[in-house]
Amino acid sequence: MARVGYLLLAVWFVVLAVMPFYAENYIVRICIVIAMYSALAYSWNVIGGFAGYPSFSTAAFFGLGAYIGGIAQNAGLSMPLAWLLATLGVGLFAFGLGSILLRLRGHYFAIGSIVVVEVCRLVISAWSDVTGGGSGLNIPILRWAPEEVLAFFLWVMLGLFALSFIMNWLVAGRPLGFGLRCIRQNEEAAAMVGINTSGYKLAGFVLSALLCGTVGAAYASWVGYIDPSESFNIIMTLKVPVMVMLGGAGTLIGPALGAGGFIILEELFWSSYLNWNRAMLGGMIVILIFFLPGGLLNFSLRKLLGRVNALFAAGGGR
Amino acid sequence: MSGTILELVGLSKSFGGVAAVSNVDLQLRAGEVVGLIGPNGAGKTTLVNLVTGVLRASSGRVIYKGEDVSGQKPHEAARRGMARTFQIVQPFPDMNVLDNVAAGALFGGGEKNLAAAREAAFEHLRFVGIDHVAEKQASALTLAHRKRMELAKSLAMNPTVLMLDEVNAGLNSGEIEGAMQLIRDIAGRGTTILIIEHLMKVMLGVSERIVVLHHGELIASGTPNEVVNDPRVIEAYLGQKYAAQARELTDG
Repeated sequence: MARVGYLLLAVWFVVLAVMPFYAENYIVRICIVIAMYSALAYSWNVIGGFAGYPSFSTAAFFGLGAYIGGIAQNAGLSMPLAWLLATLGVGLFAFGLGSILLRLRGHYFAIGSIVVVEVCRLVISAWSDVTGGGSGLNIPILRWAPEEVLAFFLWVMLGLFALSFIMNWLVAGRPLGFGLRCIRQNEEAAAMVGINTSGYKLAGFVLSALLCGTVGAAYASWVGYIDPSESFNIIMTLKVPVMVMLGGAGTLIGPALGAGGFIILEELFWSSYLNWNRAMLGGMIVILIFFLPGGLLNFSLRKLLGRVNALFAAGGGR
Repeated sequence: MSGTILELVGLSKSFGGVAAVSNVDLQLRAGEVVGLIGPNGAGKTTLVNLVTGVLRASSGRVIYKGEDVSGQKPHEAARRGMARTFQIVQPFPDMNVLDNVAAGALFGGGEKNLAAAREAAFEHLRFVGIDHVAEKQASALTLAHRKRMELAKSLAMNPTVLMLDEVNAGLNSGEIEGAMQLIRDIAGRGTTILIIEHLMKVMLGVSERIVVLHHGELIASGTPNEVVNDPRVIEAYLGQKYAAQARELTDG
């Protein structure tokens, strides 16, 4: 069963990678977005899936990565170096942030992590000498043909998607992943069997941030213009966990399944029902919580019917 | 039966104005089985929490193998060789029984990788007699099996000092016989055991020495026989009035 999942994932990856040879630019753009969100989703999976800490800091890491990369490129650094700098900078930021934030648990951690996005946005907006403030930041773009640029960034994002998957796979099979799963299920007991819970959580949090920084920087290089409200976007910070939960949190296939499924659904809704797009995101979250708490990977018709029955039974009893 | 392995010196803990543990001095010799008894709320579990770093002592010291380890974190205690079971069993509910125990072997027992840890875990499950449920999910176990799993998990950490906090509570008499034999077997390996229990049958059956905690203070220490006949202990459990009656009865 698991082997079939990996095979399908590989096929999916190849389909995305060969898209520039067959499809029009519009489709390739969607593929870039899918690859980008897959990398973000796999990153989130380490802290939110394995360790069970509901982090909403993804957009903060993404936005900081975009700004570090953009500023570095404007200062004359080459694109790959700027991306590397963004990755390390965001990792360092996550290290400092995690040391404080990971003392909180559950709802408190979730709220604390979402506030970080907003604080980052405000700081970047206010610091206009360096960041361009509210009017945004222009970044030198690649002077290639549009098709070539799209293909290049698709493969970059797919590379990050692959890296994030490999990172998940390495973590899952090692003591770090095992320890994080113990922490998710019972943090006291985890400490009592000898797991350095603060250290493990911090490692998980930093790993969940690193590639978000790279993705942000690559995104900035791609679009050539970033501004604070687009970079530190609350909707993005909500979407990524929803994607992972849609697919199956804590699994190795779920994030790709969730990110791909979500973006495709969103695109269908977007093109057909422009005004209802956000409402449908909301509806999807509600359905997910009620009927699919384990994600699509753990879907079972019997369990679903059980939940529907329970819901109606509870409603009828009132 | 050589030197002291664990020593508590003037250990105290107060919550607000309430002293849960006050000024406790206690020494455990290597390989000894010591019973810790006391009425409900006497501070027994708090004492274990202080030793294993779950709680920080208000004052006093914990000395382990001659080293002052007061203020250690729980995972440091575990890696040093101090394992404990919880009064209310604390499993990793979504994992199977084998992985629950493997967690102890991997992180506390110093096994190199997960495969080796699982192998060691299976041995411990066999030792406590529940290897037949190794593949079951931890949350699906009966209470007796869960307590055994908890025991196997702490054994997998290769503890030097093992603190058993009511591992027998809620078991029926047949299960208790088995559990007592298990404790004797563990002690036979040379592990120092501090056992907390309300069941006097177990305490008298396995302890070499019993210490009594009352209102956070150690009020008695001695062989099981000495302790159960100690008037202060009877008073602590029955109250002054009944203790006086009991004295009159035995004297008269």
